[in-house]
Amino acid sequence: MTDIAFVRSEIEKAQPAPRSQTGLVAWLRKNLFASVSDTILTVVAVVLLLWLVPQLYGFLIGRAVPPGGTVEQCRVENVGACWAYIASEIEFFIYGFYPMAEYWRPNIVFAMLALIGLPLLWPSAPFKIVNAILFFVVFPIASVVMLSGGMFGLRYVPTEQWGGLLVTLIISVVGISLSLPMGILLALGRQSKLPIIKTLCIAFIELIRAVPLITILFMASIMLPLFMPQGTTVDKLVRALVGVTLFASAYMAEVVRGGMQAIGRGQYEAAAALGLGYWQRMGFIILPQALKHVIPGIVGNFISLLKDTSLVYIVGMKDLLEAVKTKNDAIEWASPTQSVTGYIFAAAVFWVLCFSISRYSRYWERRLNTGHKR
Amino acid sequence: MSDVSPVVVDRDIDTTNMQVSKTEVAVEIIGMNKWFGDFHVLRDINLKVMKGERIVIAGPSGSGKSTLIRCINRLEEHQKGQVIVNGVELTSDLKRVDEVRREVGMVFQHFNLFPHLTILQNLTLAPIWVRGVPKAQAEETAMMYLERVRIPEQAAKYPGQLSGGQQQRVAIARSLCMNPRIMLFDEPTSALDPEMVKEVLEVMISLAEEGMTMLCVTHEMGFARQVANRVIFMDQGQIIEQNEPEAFFSNPQHERTKLFLSQILH
Repeated sequence: MTDIAFVRSEIEKAQPAPRSQTGLVAWLRKNLFASVSDTILTVVAVVLLLWLVPQLYGFLIGRAVPPGGTVEQCRVENVGACWAYIASEIEFFIYGFYPMAEYWRPNIVFAMLALIGLPLLWPSAPFKIVNAILFFVVFPIASVVMLSGGMFGLRYVPTEQWGGLLVTLIISVVGISLSLPMGILLALGRQSKLPIIKTLCIAFIELIRAVPLITILFMASIMLPLFMPQGTTVDKLVRALVGVTLFASAYMAEVVRGGMQAIGRGQYEAAAALGLGYWQRMGFIILPQALKHVIPGIVGNFISLLKDTSLVYIVGMKDLLEAVKTKNDAIEWASPTQSVTGYIFAAAVFWVLCFSISRYSRYWERRLNTGHKR
Repeated sequence: MSDVSPVVVDRDIDTTNMQVSKTEVAVEIIGMNKWFGDFHVLRDINLKVMKGERIVIAGPSGSGKSTLIRCINRLEEHQKGQVIVNGVELTSDLKRVDEVRREVGMVFQHFNLFPHLTILQNLTLAPIWVRGVPKAQAEETAMMYLERVRIPEQAAKYPGQLSGGQQQRVAIARSLCMNPRIMLFDEPTSALDPEMVKEVLEVMISLAEEGMTMLCVTHEMGFARQVANRVIFMDQGQIIEQNEPEAFFSNPQHERTKLFLSQILH
């Protein structure tokens, strides 16, 4: 039985992989032509692209009327996108009916959002606490004063005149910044041992989730004034903000609760056994892990909130999409591709915003990946 | 049966500091009953643990061992009777519960380290936020305990990067950082690979040698024999037999105890 005994005497050297495993040909074979069906799909896709790309190029660039063109150019037969129309109405798309002489005021707010908001999203930027106070306290107050005016010699601009991208961004930023903390509180409330808090949170979450956003916005804008005492009015924009935020926070609560359910009982017990109080247990142990698990869900909610802002046209606000729709009917730019170009522009703006949020969330997922699951 | 349970460490236990107090009571349980829904899980438990005692609680699974020690820091509520820890009676008063938990450390079967925090942060979180210890001092204490469990070089790592035995030693160090007066161990070696059981038991033995009051739910009968001053045997939610380890192993009285010992010591 000696032939089963074996002792290695020298170490085998590592050799380069065979040609069929590396290089372009191997990549093509593996990814595009691995089987007959893969090959068919590849050919079909290539044919489709060969047909689609020139079409798109022709419409968006080749036959398009660039910014600065005239409406006559946009009216020729077989014309592409009428970018001249977008360029000439861009101010309406950004500011709505905000008085032209006061455009610098929203511009300052946009600048503040970039200067204060962006560093907050960047983990290694310094002065986080100061930055957070600036963003959550100073920035909202300054923005309201700046946009609304009526003090410090600034002309009063009622919210009815705000519009376009300005309104879309206001509702999105407010909705996103408020719905997460509210959602967390609702999720904690729903898990609470106190029956009153628990019942209230469940009732709120289930009521809001059972109703379409449009209905909530309708309620806020049409029904609410009927119940309010005569003479009191709540600003349209504020109503829309409240409606969108409440709606988003109910959904957020369920996402956060889902994350909390992924945390084992052992984590709660270990935290409790160390003598940590309720808020310490939640704040240091449970929520950081729970929120990490549900980043994709949270971000999904942010993205759908941002897109849902276009529903505020229901209460008479002119957000970006509504501003585009309004101008699509403008007679002075009447041309075959006017409204298509308008919608493409609106879609592109939404896409840029939503895709940025999505990429940013991937960054956080990678950054927080310390799990080292075994 | 007396010579079959192996010793854990190949040395004599240093008993200099292992004195059991005659007067100071650490835990007193009087007529305690507990139900899970309709199920009567703990029945008329009476137990008095003096300061410095090392108690091993044994018994078949489902006998209520874990539930018993979890009632001592109120991870489980009891419905009848009294549980008094360091002179504080546990009631639904959350202030008292937190007061007791600060003084009672607990080590779990599945370690329950916080996976999103580094080892050092795991150790310093409670001292900083519960005891109000300054961060630098908490870190110094934490490093001292990490050295005592012999893994100071792991301080900056995350729990997921450590072996099971290392994680459990960190969990013990985490409890010790709160400077507890009583330590509860809930099957601390049951989830470990056989090679890692010893390193955890050694830490527990050194803790016993320092005079810590310990209640251990464990199946490590070698540990019970070498370290415990009292072994408690539970079945069906009741304490059936308790004795000094030597007498417990060599001369069990109750039929159920005899059966249990014959099955785990062979």
